[in-house]
Amino acid sequence: MTDATRDACITGIGIITCLGEGPEATWQKLNSGEINVDDKTYAPFSIHPLGPVDFDKQIPKKGDQRQMEAWQRIGTYAAGLAIDSAGLKGNTEILSRTDMIVAAGGGERDTAVDTTILSAMPATNDPDKLLNEKLMSDLRPTLFLAQLSNLLAGNISIVHGVTGSSRTFMGEEAAGVNAVRIAVSRINAGQSEIALVGGSYNADRKEMMMLFEFASSLLRGGHAGVWDRGEHGGLVPGSLGAFLVIESRGHAEKRGAKIFACISDVMAERPKRTARSVTTVLQQMWQRIANKIDKRSAAVLSGATGAEPATREEREFLKGLGGLPVRATATYIGQALEAQFVVNVAIAAIALGHGNLFPPHDKSGLEQPMSDQLKQVVVTSVGYWRGEGMALIRAA
Amino acid sequence: MAATRDKAGRPIVVVTGMGVVTSLGAGKTENWQKLTAGQSGIRSIKRFPTTGLKTTIAGTVDFIDVDPVCAPTLATRFADLAVDEAVSQSGIGSKGNFPGPLFLAVAPVEIEWPQRIDLAGAAMTKGQVSYEGIVKAAGSGKYAKYNDIFLFGSVADAIADKYGTQGSPISLSTACASGATAIQLGVEAIRRGETDAALCVGTDGSVNAESLIRFSLLSALSTSNNPPESASKPFSKNRDGFVMAEGAGALVLESLESANTRGAKILGVLAGCGEMADAFHRTRSSPDGKPIIGCIRNALDDAGITPQDIEYINPHGTGTPENDKMESKGVMTVFGDRAKSIPMSSNKSMIGHTLSAAGAVEAVFTLLTMETGRIPPTINYNTPDPDILLDVVPNKARDASARYAISNSFGFGGQNVSLVMAREPA
Repeated sequence: MTDATRDACITGIGIITCLGEGPEATWQKLNSGEINVDDKTYAPFSIHPLGPVDFDKQIPKKGDQRQMEAWQRIGTYAAGLAIDSAGLKGNTEILSRTDMIVAAGGGERDTAVDTTILSAMPATNDPDKLLNEKLMSDLRPTLFLAQLSNLLAGNISIVHGVTGSSRTFMGEEAAGVNAVRIAVSRINAGQSEIALVGGSYNADRKEMMMLFEFASSLLRGGHAGVWDRGEHGGLVPGSLGAFLVIESRGHAEKRGAKIFACISDVMAERPKRTARSVTTVLQQMWQRIANKIDKRSAAVLSGATGAEPATREEREFLKGLGGLPVRATATYIGQALEAQFVVNVAIAAIALGHGNLFPPHDKSGLEQPMSDQLKQVVVTSVGYWRGEGMALIRAA
Repeated sequence: MAATRDKAGRPIVVVTGMGVVTSLGAGKTENWQKLTAGQSGIRSIKRFPTTGLKTTIAGTVDFIDVDPVCAPTLATRFADLAVDEAVSQSGIGSKGNFPGPLFLAVAPVEIEWPQRIDLAGAAMTKGQVSYEGIVKAAGSGKYAKYNDIFLFGSVADAIADKYGTQGSPISLSTACASGATAIQLGVEAIRRGETDAALCVGTDGSVNAESLIRFSLLSALSTSNNPPESASKPFSKNRDGFVMAEGAGALVLESLESANTRGAKILGVLAGCGEMADAFHRTRSSPDGKPIIGCIRNALDDAGITPQDIEYINPHGTGTPENDKMESKGVMTVFGDRAKSIPMSSNKSMIGHTLSAAGAVEAVFTLLTMETGRIPPTINYNTPDPDILLDVVPNKARDASARYAISNSFGFGGQNVSLVMAREPA
């Protein structure tokens, strides 16, 4: 890049996962190797439940909390953490020109209404009438707003006053990669000075377990590390929220903001999923940044989800990197779709802040210890169905 | 040759292909003929029984069959038709190889009642359905096709596959401003120099019982069911809500330089984009109108023009009491005394509110308005609202030329986007 003032810098990190809240709690748990998994509620499947949280701390009005479902509360909370971390809480001047890109799916259904209707169907001779009547009488009017994808962004505008712009990207893992990519591209090109980017996911959702199971995508029989999930593999959905404040170096320096890390070379691709297409596209993306990587101080933070054959294909790519240290965060925090890439960029920035990598958690031997100082992290995205991406995160 | 960069030194972004599908028909020709004739596409819903519903009308696209009938399959088919028309007109790239990215505005996706009922049949135990049973049935392998249909990225994936767009497509939602956001993302990508072309699409096929009921429960919809074609009455005193509708709009955006090099016909210019989020309320706009005013002004600034230059306004104009009041207030503030003499006609009076598609559909119609020099009317305008003293081009189309026009799109969640379009490169 010719103009260093247009570098995209991470100046705010908001993270809440099953490991807890904030960079320090996240870092401690990743280093202690503790797994927080619930393998009872959805047995034979598992989920990573959200760690303890007091939503009042970032969403002070109960009325606002009531207007949201869990995924929105998690996301709005994480966005507040990021804004706090960037020192922007209440800074109306900057928040009113902050560009927001949220990566989101849809919100929770009222599963009680669904099952009541479905149970009553066989006994009626006019199922359409029953459906119309029950939906008209039983659906909460405001539930719609808790389901709409763009209403996480809407809630962040309302609760935190972010109003420069508001865009919501959808489409599972690819949405997260593209959200970061567009924010960084706009900053590099001078179209934006400061952006709030992120997403959230609530894993405790029956209708999402159904969606994952259409393609038998969930891991059965208890938790295992991402690389150790056997031939069939599988996902362990994880509740989490992750937001980043990304701003131009010029803007950050002018306001004296602390720079946690810098981000560049955000790439998103959509290979048609055929045999080895994931391996190939990851290799192609890697080639575009290979000359920027210093192998003595670099590591890969893998977005592997545990889904097969994608995870196997990513593993093949990673094995070809000449022993570069690898960590798969999904082992700890699970599968969070649209929020996955952002949370991994956040963890990369946290690790770079500490200057080292957390220990391996992998019986298969792909993940190896790293003792050298960490200065670069390549974050990958390999969606469970589609959504390949990569970015380079550098120490500040 | 004229400059290929704008006053700010950015590549000028032009439109070289357009396609549209609405309840009025498929393609620009049929739509334009009916739109300028003041014909409504709103009708009684036939797709599903409306027994017990307050609203029983919509602007459905009834002339297209898909299987299964659900929002993502309809949205895919509408987008396909609109993109085919746009790409053909543009003549860009080659078959199955569009030389730029795809930005696709699409409604949020989830499985719908026919599929849910299908699963429940397999999940019933002792007369009761539980989600545990549904999850188990889902994993039987019999419903694997639902995985592909009901992922959020599936509509974009199908379009990207067929037209060979470059890179990872972006599926997006800014609620009822989505179509305009798709165009804005394309303009920005070309201005950054990342690409010479972009395919920008808005599509929506979500007229189904639950979606209709959700809007109905928020009291957003017109209940003037008889006759259906009179229900959508933007800016009228007796307006009582919007009418849900379907369709798609597609635009091939291209740098002027690339269009000139190809010798492509230039259909119009995407001169400026503005946005501003509203932090006031989830469904209502700020009573001071600041976000709408700011959004329109941002678009004018981005285009490097002043309010004096605008000669046609294509409003969001949904026909809800709230939108039309706040939008008119915004227009009167930005355009001052001139506001009353700028023609401002709502396409939604005829095609209804095509939701995620609206921004793209109405951008196509705004460009056609400038190209043909004929302004489609706001129909059903029989009882003027004394608080909205604007020229809404009542009931009959009118000839008028416009060099610059602006199209507004506003949505739930505080979404506001305005697009400034020009007839020709400045």
